[in-house]
Amino acid sequence: MIKLTHVSKEYPKRGFALRDVSFHIKKGEFAFLTGHSGSGKSTTLRLIHMADHPTDGEVRVSGYSSERVTERDLWKVRRRVGYVFQDFRLLPGRTALENVAFALQVTDTPAKAIEPKAQRLLTQVGLAPKARAFVNELSGGEQQRVAIARALANDPYVLLADEPTGNLDERATRGVMELFRDINAKGMAILMATHDMELIKRHPTARVFELDNGALVYDSDSAEGPRENTRANPPASTGTL
Amino acid sequence: MYALREAIAAFRRAPVLTGLSSAMVGLALFVVGLFGLATYNLQLTLSAIEERVEVVVYLRDDARQSEIDLLLGELGDLEEVRLVRYLSKRDALERAQRELPEFGELFLESEVNPLPQSLEVELRPGDRNPEVVERVADWARQYPFVEDALYGEEWVDRLFALRRVGLASTAVLGGAFALVAALIIGTALRIAIFARRDEIYIMRLVGAKRGFIRRPFLLEGALAGLAGGVLAWLMTYGTYRGVYAYLFEVAWVPGTWVVAGLATGAAFGAVSSALAIRRHLREV
Repeated sequence: MIKLTHVSKEYPKRGFALRDVSFHIKKGEFAFLTGHSGSGKSTTLRLIHMADHPTDGEVRVSGYSSERVTERDLWKVRRRVGYVFQDFRLLPGRTALENVAFALQVTDTPAKAIEPKAQRLLTQVGLAPKARAFVNELSGGEQQRVAIARALANDPYVLLADEPTGNLDERATRGVMELFRDINAKGMAILMATHDMELIKRHPTARVFELDNGALVYDSDSAEGPRENTRANPPASTGTL
Repeated sequence: MYALREAIAAFRRAPVLTGLSSAMVGLALFVVGLFGLATYNLQLTLSAIEERVEVVVYLRDDARQSEIDLLLGELGDLEEVRLVRYLSKRDALERAQRELPEFGELFLESEVNPLPQSLEVELRPGDRNPEVVERVADWARQYPFVEDALYGEEWVDRLFALRRVGLASTAVLGGAFALVAALIIGTALRIAIFARRDEIYIMRLVGAKRGFIRRPFLLEGALAGLAGGVLAWLMTYGTYRGVYAYLFEVAWVPGTWVVAGLATGAAFGAVSSALAIRRHLREV
């Protein structure tokens, strides 16, 4: 599904953002990617999304290798990988339905199928009643649900989430996490970057990776036992939450 | 179809911005249009003067008709020559009386016609240049019954020097105006695309193909360029009407120039959009 093999990423001015990172996420797995700010979480997600190329090593996503994928083929990778951000990145001035429909419109979905599918996705994330509301009229939690619906538009194999609860209050966070759990239960792999340790503790069956200064310092799957229970409890498990 | 729908929708979604882009394109092309109008009229004036470039072969009074016919035929056979007219001494006198009335009395009082018979050699449009007229004149001079062959050497040289200057300044100024127009159009469309960078970002994010992303913007650029071209055409035409009515007589540019101007506007728009969007496509 997703495999990073000795991946390093160096930026000309910032230096190394990732150093020799290797891990493998299997189909249907739920994993947290944690670490302090600047530890390399977002860089890892960008590399998986192939928005960036590793300086060294290889990123494989659903059969596509960072070593061989061309600019022309990137869209194929992107349709297999959904992406959700902390700041939602919705199109202002459009309704929730239009935001989801936009992702379908631009990815070769037949015109007749766009609106029903967008409606279905909004129903899946619990926002059907607000489909016609403009996104700026929605709460943060609701906006994040629209963003998740959009990320699911192309039936991706994996969902990447970069601090998706970072801008949400406790209640909205719980709602979004429940939604992720439901999506994961249907077989979609999820890799969520977060620095919220409490959130990770509340999902003890999830796999946890920890980055520190660009290096992978912890993988709950390969750890022999819980490390002071700071990441997840219990630490090593696969499958759904 | 999606590309066209989106391009038109972009005009509807941000009418002020796209309107401003078109207005900037229009103003930039208006300057090019004015320059084109001036260039065209300069060209017409030079061509009108150029049409008068001809070689006059003066014949001796004792030249026989058979000799004149021979030269008439041989000059007519030259590739560069369009027409050869024979002007007898009598015809020359009549013309002089008609065209130079101030000397009319003098011609009437004189018992002897002082004007020579001649052949007026009109050249083909592409051959009215100093080299050809000189060659034809030299060629005619070799006949013994030819007194002289003249073509107004000095003014022909000046005319062509003026034409060369005209051509060079057209190329340089026209190029500079076109470049400035391209920069303005590029900036206008860059602003329009920048305003839609979020859409481009989302398209890349969810896996739209590059061509699919690019097409509506290229079309939008082309439409903005075309709208600007139409605006420039209207402004240039208005200026032409104003100059014609209140200042002096000018000619309107040929239809092909107008079509070329509109096509250039659309092409500038599409190319500027393509360049502007490249940057945004690299971002995700």
